[in-house]
Amino acid sequence: MSASPKPDLITVNVDGRDVAVPKGTNVIEAARLVGVDVPYYCYHPKLSISGNCRMCLVEIGMPAVDPATKAPIVDPGTGKQRINWIPRPQIGCATTASPGLHVRTNTAQIKECREGVMEFLLVNHPLDCPICDQAGECKLQEQATGYGRGYSRYIEAKNVKPKRTQLGPRVMLDDERCILCSRCIRFCKEVAKDDVLGFIDRGSYSTLTCYPGRQLTNNYSLNTVDICPVGALTSTDFRFKMRVWFLKQTDSIDPESSVGANTVVWSREGVVYRITPRRNDEVNDTWMADSGRELYKQNRAPDRLMVARVEGQDSTPAAALAAAADLLKPAAGAVAVVGSGRSSIEEQFVTRRMANALGAGAFLVGRSDPGDGLLISADRNPNVRGALVTGLVTNLPSERLTQLGEWIDEGKVRCVVSVGEDLLAAGLTEAQLARVAVVYLGTHANATSAIARIVVPTFTVLERTGSFVNQQFRLQKFFQAVPGPAGAIDDLTALTRLLSSVEGEYFPPEPAAIWPEMARAIDVLQGITFAGIPATGRLLDGSRWAGLPFPEGPGLHFQPAAKP
Amino acid sequence: MPAPAQRRIIFRHIDEPGYTNDLACYVRHGGYATLRKAVTMAPAAIIDEVKKSGLRGRGGAGFGCGLKWTLVDRKSGKPIYLIVNADESEPGTFKDRYIIHQDPHQLIEGIMITCWANNVKQAYIYIRGEFPVGARILEKAIAEARAAGYVGPNVLGTPYGCEIYVHRGAGAYICGEETGLIESLEGKRPYPRIKPPYFPAVLGLYQCPTIVNNVETLCHVKYIVEVGGDEFAKIGTPNNTGTRILCVSGHVQKPGYYEFEVGKITLGQLLHEVCGGPLPGRKFKAVIPGGSSAKVLRFGETFTLKNKDGSARTLAVEDIPMDFDTMAACGTMGGSGGVIVMDDSVNMVEALANLNAFYAHESCGQCTPCREGSLWMKKITSRMVHGQARAEDGTLLKSVADQIAGRTVCAFGEACSWPTQSFVAKFGDEFKAYPETKQAAKPAGATDLV
Amino acid sequence: MKLKPETLQRIDEIIPHYPVKRSAVLMLLHAIQEDVGFISTEAIEWVATKLELQPINVLEVVTFYPMFRQKPIGRRHIKVCRTLSCALRGGYQTCETLEKEFGVHRGEVSADGEVTIEFVECLASCGTAPVVMVDDDLHENVDCARARALAAQIKQEAARRG
Ligand SMILES: Cc1cc2nc3c(=O)[nH]c(=O)nc-3n(C[C@H](O)[C@H](O)[C@H](O)COP(=O)(O)O)c2cc1C
Ligand code: SF4
Ligand code: SF4
Ligand code: FES
Ligand code: FES
Repeated sequence: MSASPKPDLITVNVDGRDVAVPKGTNVIEAARLVGVDVPYYCYHPKLSISGNCRMCLVEIGMPAVDPATKAPIVDPGTGKQRINWIPRPQIGCATTASPGLHVRTNTAQIKECREGVMEFLLVNHPLDCPICDQAGECKLQEQATGYGRGYSRYIEAKNVKPKRTQLGPRVMLDDERCILCSRCIRFCKEVAKDDVLGFIDRGSYSTLTCYPGRQLTNNYSLNTVDICPVGALTSTDFRFKMRVWFLKQTDSIDPESSVGANTVVWSREGVVYRITPRRNDEVNDTWMADSGRELYKQNRAPDRLMVARVEGQDSTPAAALAAAADLLKPAAGAVAVVGSGRSSIEEQFVTRRMANALGAGAFLVGRSDPGDGLLISADRNPNVRGALVTGLVTNLPSERLTQLGEWIDEGKVRCVVSVGEDLLAAGLTEAQLARVAVVYLGTHANATSAIARIVVPTFTVLERTGSFVNQQFRLQKFFQAVPGPAGAIDDLTALTRLLSSVEGEYFPPEPAAIWPEMARAIDVLQGITFAGIPATGRLLDGSRWAGLPFPEGPGLHFQPAAKP
Repeated sequence: MPAPAQRRIIFRHIDEPGYTNDLACYVRHGGYATLRKAVTMAPAAIIDEVKKSGLRGRGGAGFGCGLKWTLVDRKSGKPIYLIVNADESEPGTFKDRYIIHQDPHQLIEGIMITCWANNVKQAYIYIRGEFPVGARILEKAIAEARAAGYVGPNVLGTPYGCEIYVHRGAGAYICGEETGLIESLEGKRPYPRIKPPYFPAVLGLYQCPTIVNNVETLCHVKYIVEVGGDEFAKIGTPNNTGTRILCVSGHVQKPGYYEFEVGKITLGQLLHEVCGGPLPGRKFKAVIPGGSSAKVLRFGETFTLKNKDGSARTLAVEDIPMDFDTMAACGTMGGSGGVIVMDDSVNMVEALANLNAFYAHESCGQCTPCREGSLWMKKITSRMVHGQARAEDGTLLKSVADQIAGRTVCAFGEACSWPTQSFVAKFGDEFKAYPETKQAAKPAGATDLV
Repeated sequence: MKLKPETLQRIDEIIPHYPVKRSAVLMLLHAIQEDVGFISTEAIEWVATKLELQPINVLEVVTFYPMFRQKPIGRRHIKVCRTLSCALRGGYQTCETLEKEFGVHRGEVSADGEVTIEFVECLASCGTAPVVMVDDDLHENVDCARARALAAQIKQEAARRG
């Protein structure tokens, strides 16, 4: 046995190969590190260990030592320390690595164990994969090929259980497919803290149930669908809509709040079919809120702005932007820019530059609502910290644009550019708006777009590329999953065009191209390139803003800094 | 050799005319004198006596009682709990029932001594739900003992206090498995816990160190403290000390309970002499020696065992001593002491079908191999006795059982597969050629087993 | 669901026997079933509230244990042991005899609501097989003749009750 390379690492041996793993790693994860696949069903890295499926059985051994002297016992044949193998196979999910632990996954016994478990799981499982919605994502189907025996010896009648039970508004259950792994139950208890699922009856007749009269309605219910290893739990929304293997996956960020849950957007031919969580152990583990999964529906909502308008006439985004520049340039000094906490940091940087160029005051509209203590925080803007970092604003935004209203009343402002904000909803009055020319860049129609002099339709987060800074000051990237509608324009393109016309200098509209300048201009971004931001984000030094009264309370992986 | 005489220690007063289950009667017979003695002893000294005694658990696994107590984590700073396993759920076992109903104070005295020895302040008696009368008797007995100062605060005037509560199960064999029991006692479905990490001695009830002992085991503890560990160790045979209650049921003339020194009586002596032999006109065919989960023995089979000196000896079924070690060497177990006898009227497929129905009903359903395997085995044997037996069913049954044993969360996996494995191995012919109808399978007058 | 005052009192005695309230689930369910005869949905929710649990936690337990029933049963509960030792001594015949006597199948309530017969697993009295429990009381060595006598006695008691 080789010595531990680092104090917090220990060396274990999997199928003959030594590997250094952090203390506390279980055998499944340790094996993964050397590329050895230990199949499993009930284990989930973010839930308690249940150990019920028995698929992860492996052989475990410890180096032999003399009980009295603790000296290693050396095998004279090999000259190496002898390994005492436990005769019974052990479950990998509940076996934590200890120094010198030996694991064998490739023996005849283990092969047979897996074949046995596979056969047992299938005896009462419907064999109708072609019509199952989980096909392509079913671990049972997948592992039957890899670890099963390939034929059935079962000729008895299968158990009959409830089919197609609606567990809640978004989740459907087929009990005959359930392999009783209890992941969904553990998730509801341990993560969502909404204990409504459980098993009733016993033995092979055990049946997953939602308490009669209650529903699985919590805002995290769809995570059960994600973690169900088979097709027992399905999303009512996604069910049978599209085979998963046809879908393209794009990394994105849930824009619902400053948590910034990492997501994957599943699309095909420009249409988004679903959004699922992407693992980030520092942010959202493997979870996300149901509400964030629904957001793709906004892409094709009836109130989506599809065509630019200038003075009430339909136009093109290019013409509308040109008209906006013509409106703004002469008004320099009497312009206000209402930026957005929903803009990317790149967009906010350009917004700031534009405000500077126009000598305009810059505002942000705050959005707060109580957080859920998990993955939706009290700050319902995804990127207020980006606005602080870029200097778009220097203070936390309020929900009402009172100051702007006063300036309008005082005649200091003649033009207002709004990046997606409904100014009426933010507290300006119709009378105030009647006194200014409004340039509105946004995705959906609202009272402000209705009265704006110029309307430029823009893209949703699923149609854009950029980055947000979340509540932890973690910089996280999102990518365009689908193209925006034909009559609309990407926000960053729109903003850089406006800036170019105002400053008379070309600005590239790609985040990657903006970063070198941003990194030069903003000290906490120094040395960062867009490409260099890891998939799971990069923490910025937010200490400068630590004194601000951020609204977020504790949530998953987030403890607010002690308020001064 | 004639059978030795019974040696009644634990069952000294069971069925004794005039002996009642109230405190006065118990005290009249010397009751609680041992507890009085125990509280003058250092707890460690009691544990030593129990270790010296060689006492092995009477619940089924035969684990050393003293060793179990030494494994208890005493440094955690958490309370230590004692759970008395009065689930008595292994088919063929019916000994704890009589202790509870007829001599409950003997058990309570054993509990209090164990608690004192292990610094336990809180003990629970987990009694199976099907013993409602037993539960009431225990509650009354505890109340009496509390009133007399044997239980409760300041036991026998000492600063030491300990409470005992009765907790009733509700019809689940798996609650006899100690970690299933603990979950049940915590108010959850009795899903046995994974070990590691949940060894009761460290992470038991409420994640605190916990001792789980069988009713009979604790009565032996009382006797050990009464006579001393060395004295106790002289009873029985080496490594198989003390007496134990043997429960005989099925096809013998005189079924019932008998207390013998462990290993001093053979299976043959027990069945032929003590239990009066087979029913009229019948011959013994098979016996399950340690509760229904133990592997069956076929009369006529022999076992060649190694002696300590290297020589070998051959034993017939009748020669096997009723102990832990020889039983294990013969491929079965002393288990819970429940001896189930089957005569030549029994068709072994049907007997297995009966047991398989039990195990399929009792599997908790937590882990895959046992959950699916136990029901599958039941479905096979049930199909066989309903006119659709196939010659290959025996092989299939054995293979299903082999896929369960050794791979489950708890020892129920073995409990449910050992009968199938052993029935098929030892009575393979009957599995190969089960007739088309049940009627054809057995002699006239034989009872139905399925 | 209306619990008798003594049931409520017993329940309040039981709960503090445990450092964690949830432990009292089984004992509470027993107390309620003894009082009102079965465990209704209302009872499940009552226990959940009483022990600060979610109702699913209680339902999971109720449905695991065969002794808890979610529907009322006959006035007399007859449990015949099905397991091997009893079967070897005629347990199946005993059960059939009782079924015939009361004209009811195992698992069902007799038409007059008087008895429910259940075929249950080992009652831990295998030495006196076959055994039958009538309510809380154990009857031993219940062969077919004794089963008929037992049935007669139950019927007589029913008649006396009127
Ligand atoms: C499926 C199963 C059922 C069991 N049933 C009982 C039982 O009814 N009574 C009992 O004392 N032990 C039973 N045991 C054994 C217990 O798990 C435990 O080993 C025992 O209570 C320890 O007590 P002892 O050391 O005094 O024997 C059972 C074990 C298994 C695996
Ligand atoms: S529904 Fe899915 S996640 Fe839940 S227990 Fe069944 S198989 Fe597991
Ligand atoms: S072996 Fe059987 S009884 Fe034990 S945990 Fe698994 S399913 Fe439950
Ligand atoms: S993954 Fe299910 S037992 Fe380990
Ligand atoms: S088998 Fe009937 S009481 Fe045990």
